[in-house]
Amino acid sequence: MRDVAIIGVKNTKFGELWGRSLRDIVVEAGAGALEDADVGGKEIDSLYVGNMSGGRFIDQEHIGALIADYSGLSKNLHVPATRVEAACASGGLALRQAIMAVASGYNDIVIAAGAEKMTDVGSEEASSALAAAADREWEGMTGATFPGLYAMIARLHMHRYGTTSEQLAEVAVKNHKNGSLNPIAQYKNRITVKDVLNSIMVADPLHIFDCSPITDGASAVVLAPADIAHKYTDTPIYIRATAQASDTIALHDRRDITTLDATVVAAKRAYSMAKLRPEDIDLVEVHDCFTIAEICAIEDLGFAEKGKGGIVTANGETAIGSRIPVNTSGGLKACGHPVGATGIKQAVEIVTQLRGEAGQRQVEGAEYGMTHNVGGSGATAVVHIFSRER
Amino acid sequence: MASVPRFWRGIGSRYNLEGTRCNECGEYFYPPRNFCVNCRRVGHIEPYKFKGTGEIISYTVIHTAAEGFEDQTPYILAIIQLDEGPRLTSQVIGNPEKIHIGMRVRSVFRKLGEDGEGGMIYYGTKFVPENE
Ligand SMILES: [Zn+2]
Repeated sequence: MRDVAIIGVKNTKFGELWGRSLRDIVVEAGAGALEDADVGGKEIDSLYVGNMSGGRFIDQEHIGALIADYSGLSKNLHVPATRVEAACASGGLALRQAIMAVASGYNDIVIAAGAEKMTDVGSEEASSALAAAADREWEGMTGATFPGLYAMIARLHMHRYGTTSEQLAEVAVKNHKNGSLNPIAQYKNRITVKDVLNSIMVADPLHIFDCSPITDGASAVVLAPADIAHKYTDTPIYIRATAQASDTIALHDRRDITTLDATVVAAKRAYSMAKLRPEDIDLVEVHDCFTIAEICAIEDLGFAEKGKGGIVTANGETAIGSRIPVNTSGGLKACGHPVGATGIKQAVEIVTQLRGEAGQRQVEGAEYGMTHNVGGSGATAVVHIFSRER
Repeated sequence: MASVPRFWRGIGSRYNLEGTRCNECGEYFYPPRNFCVNCRRVGHIEPYKFKGTGEIISYTVIHTAAEGFEDQTPYILAIIQLDEGPRLTSQVIGNPEKIHIGMRVRSVFRKLGEDGEGGMIYYGTKFVPENE
């Protein structure tokens, strides 16, 4: 297998992009990443696109072909394009497919993109589309919602470990603060613990401010074999590990409801592949679709003891400038969560940080970064580790 | 919320808590599985009707409803461990103030939800506190 590097990155603005279509935003992200890498269309060997639910959100399938077409990669160049779907982990899996294509030697220059256009439908329709990431027949048909499933994780975490609503709220407060420093973030307003606790209850104990929003957005990265990465950029960022794991589709079938075993196993595989430990990681983008999800993630990835994620967060250990900065982009909560794009956006953030180009939210001296992307309530997890030096 | 065939296909399980059991390893499955996750191809699956008693592992009170459940808010949703072992997701009918982790519950037959205005009404299993 060959070492792989990221040579170009780009996020669109995240938010409610009423005036823009899915194809518009993916082309902006893809063209931006290619420009960043100074790569021409003729050099591209393949394209992977993470997209959860074009069918539900914009009544469009065959997203790979659509994106290749509007990126000018079809009519003359006939570049192969593949859509990858694993609910909210679609982007992370698209990145992993692209890495494997380059590592295997099948391809040299590959684009991994992710995109979701969620605001063309109403919020009820969007929620129903998102609920399709759970078990429709045995969770959805009993009245379960996504916030409801994560609320049950939160409730048991509180019962067992003494985690509080205030500690959950601290996740949102931190991520909004980080988002306020990120030009592409959907929400740049700072919030307080009180704001979270006073926001409407969606599924007890989760308030609306414990939940990530509905977002439009696209992200793209360009990959190349590490051996030729310096031809394109002075600051290639290297992939040190790509790992993925599955668990039961329904939350009720998990070994432990407060642990995402798919995250634990994917992280273990990633650390082993990279020959690194949690202490070596300088910053991490985790899948905070709900505040409790960030608490579980930092525990399951090895940054906090099981049950201590809430305390660690409330102590400020996950803030920029602290022990392990978590979600410097603002996370899903404040940067926004265009589901198919999220896994790629996380990679864009880590690359930006490791290049030292993150401006006000820069983590000083960052050498190793990690991304963690989850599908559904934890049936899919994908973890990547990146480094500044090869 | 669901197509008619999709709902009716699972009706035995939804109405009567019919699941399965693997005779090879002894594990019970609800929702039913026809392929044992432990024994895989050497498993031997048989139908099994659950007693319908168990305890609450975790729960939430849902205020923003799932599609088709809008007229039921707030409603209690729980993960329940049946006494035979498997866990399932179900609504619990009761006072949201009194529900707690570890609470004993039993299954009852109730309306689950409906498909839009004048649409299909779906019935199935919910749970109530065991002593009610
Ligand atoms: Zn068996």
